[in-house]
Amino acid sequence: MTTQATEAAAAATLTSRHLLGIAGMTADEIGLVLDTAIAMKEIGGRAIKKVPTLRGRTIVNLFFEPSTRTRTSFEIAEKRLSADTLSIAAATSSVTKGESLLDTVRNIEAMSPDMIVMRHASSGAPHLLARTCRSAIVNAGDGMHEHPTQALLDAFTIREHKGRLAGLKVAIIGDLLHSRVLRSNVILLNTMGAEVWACGPSTLMPPGIGGFGVRATTSVDEAVEGADVVMMLRIQHERMHGHFIPSVREYFTLFGLTPERARRARSDVIIMHPGPMNRGVEIDSEVADGPYSVILEQVSNGVAVRMAVLYLLAGRDIDVERGEG
Amino acid sequence: MKLLLKGGRVVDPANARDGAFDVLIEDGRIARVGKDLPADGAEVFEIRPGWIVAPGLIDIHVHLREPGQEHKETVLTGTEAAVAGGFAAVACMPNTEPVNDHAGITQFILKKAAEAARARVYPIGAVSIGSKGEQLAELGEQKTAGCVAFTDDGKPVATALLMRRALEYAGMLGVPVIDHCEDPSLKGDGVAHEGYYSSYLGLRGIPGAAESIMVERDVSLAELAGAHVHIAHMSARESLRAVRAGKARGVRVTCEVAPHHFTLTDEALDGAVKYDTNLKMNPPLRSAADRDAMIEGIADGTVDAIATDHAPHHPDEKMLEFDRAPFGIVGLETAVPLVFDRLVHTGRITIGRMIELLSVNPARVINVPGGTLAEGSPADVTVLAPDREMIVSAESLKSRSRNMPFDGWRLRGGVAATIVGGRMVYKNA
Repeated sequence: MTTQATEAAAAATLTSRHLLGIAGMTADEIGLVLDTAIAMKEIGGRAIKKVPTLRGRTIVNLFFEPSTRTRTSFEIAEKRLSADTLSIAAATSSVTKGESLLDTVRNIEAMSPDMIVMRHASSGAPHLLARTCRSAIVNAGDGMHEHPTQALLDAFTIREHKGRLAGLKVAIIGDLLHSRVLRSNVILLNTMGAEVWACGPSTLMPPGIGGFGVRATTSVDEAVEGADVVMMLRIQHERMHGHFIPSVREYFTLFGLTPERARRARSDVIIMHPGPMNRGVEIDSEVADGPYSVILEQVSNGVAVRMAVLYLLAGRDIDVERGEG
Repeated sequence: MKLLLKGGRVVDPANARDGAFDVLIEDGRIARVGKDLPADGAEVFEIRPGWIVAPGLIDIHVHLREPGQEHKETVLTGTEAAVAGGFAAVACMPNTEPVNDHAGITQFILKKAAEAARARVYPIGAVSIGSKGEQLAELGEQKTAGCVAFTDDGKPVATALLMRRALEYAGMLGVPVIDHCEDPSLKGDGVAHEGYYSSYLGLRGIPGAAESIMVERDVSLAELAGAHVHIAHMSARESLRAVRAGKARGVRVTCEVAPHHFTLTDEALDGAVKYDTNLKMNPPLRSAADRDAMIEGIADGTVDAIATDHAPHHPDEKMLEFDRAPFGIVGLETAVPLVFDRLVHTGRITIGRMIELLSVNPARVINVPGGTLAEGSPADVTVLAPDREMIVSAESLKSRSRNMPFDGWRLRGGVAATIVGGRMVYKNA
């Protein structure tokens, strides 16, 4: 662990006991998570990737929506911090038997977990839990609302490459309407002083996006022009059914990130994607696998950032350094 | 059995009367309205200075939930809430279980209302069997049983053809068709007004056009049928424009606005309690521009009535994820305070206009007695206390349900007494 990171972690704490969204976090708090993640990333590089920091703490991962990447990332983060963890997928829970969300969570709480990491298809579901439950709630993605740990790991990745967030031009391109990744990233990047461009077809543009504090455009070329960061969002194949797009083929023609379009960005651009990626739909494989792509780094950094979040929320009074095993 | 309402200001727009009068009630009817009437053996109810004696208020959009959903509300608890809110009469929506689409259910509701002996109850029947939009219900039988209007409320009347026939048929019977205007494809899975706040909170949106498209349809069909259409719980400024245009060319279209739609906006969803399901109703809380347009329509006469869309739900049903909770809030006991606080005391409407919106016009829309203090008419009277300061308390509601966003609100304006057929059924003097 670096001295610098330890000091940063000791300098402040998060004001909320939950992580419901990026909304409400200050620039200092975001900086604290990112600084703490530097130390956490170092743990992941060791031969023995485990510290006893959260030993004896119980964390329940409650996933009401299918997720491989985020759930795995949280599980690894929890295990590296020595927490006792349990993952529940909705298909195997009593939700399918008609039990309400609150009853499901109250039953889990009766077994005294310390934290609940939840992914849910309904926007605001973690806010409902935070109002009514004892445990600290970590939002692992709620409907079309927020995905705060994704935005934090994206910011961490950008900062690793650019050394800063302020003043960067970040273009976010794709299905803006349905994306929680968009909302969390916009709030975070605006808070940290970046210039955010949001680009997608007019049918997938959130109504009232003018209030988001972004430059909205339907032109990929305009969004990518001179960008420091290009972040592609997944387009779901079934979007054809709501008459949002005519076909994935046409979508790629108009909005796919091709090498030609990517060349409009700055020469040191980084290309990001929160996954899962649809090759040939929103992104050309040549770009996804190319030298500017940091897509797999995002996944690696996800573990470190989630360790930082869990540590800051569950182990506010724990000294990470002393816990080194 | 005589009752004398002594002192106070009588506001009776139907008879162009506004001034200091006494009101004598005898055998359930208004016997006399005049200056300094002698008690002459009547029980005397002293009207305090500043109070208003008005024709009984009528709420033409209430969900009493009985039969079938008695855990939310019953005819008894719903009419207790009504009289506590100053309403001497309510018209109840047919989306019960089973749907009120035949005379047996109407008779059942009327029997329950007679047993409760609180507010008058006017059942509204379903336009189509099961409100499924497939086959006309027996509107004639239903009218004979006591229905005063027809609607498939909760849903729009499904097709233009069904709406046309319903208007023609109901027109023959001399009753209006009330429509819950909403284009199902534009509404989709929407749960909040489509705009910045729905986008920011990640909630699926319902644009104002989902409502106004069907208002336009219904105005055209009322014109074609030469019949009376009433637009329920209007919320979007585009709808107001459609009603205004229809009225201007002589179409028999009337409309109502609910108190929450002239009080709140979608901004409340991002308030201190985020995703509060007590802010989820259909139509949704709309933008500030829509809210302001509703107030303008209320003030300029385009809006005929204020109706609550009182929609009780059990706490278990509301304590869900926002997009899974049912739509609707209770409104009977907060309507009068909200009208006073937000419309009268702010100078947007006079008390006379308030009585038109809550009594005179509702009676005319559904063609029932009431809305007047004319001598000889049924003695339905509401005594209002315009300056009463109150703190809304969900806990102390008479309704069986508590689902409302106004808990803890300080409002000025209340109800001192409600008299139905000469009987004092509520008194808070």
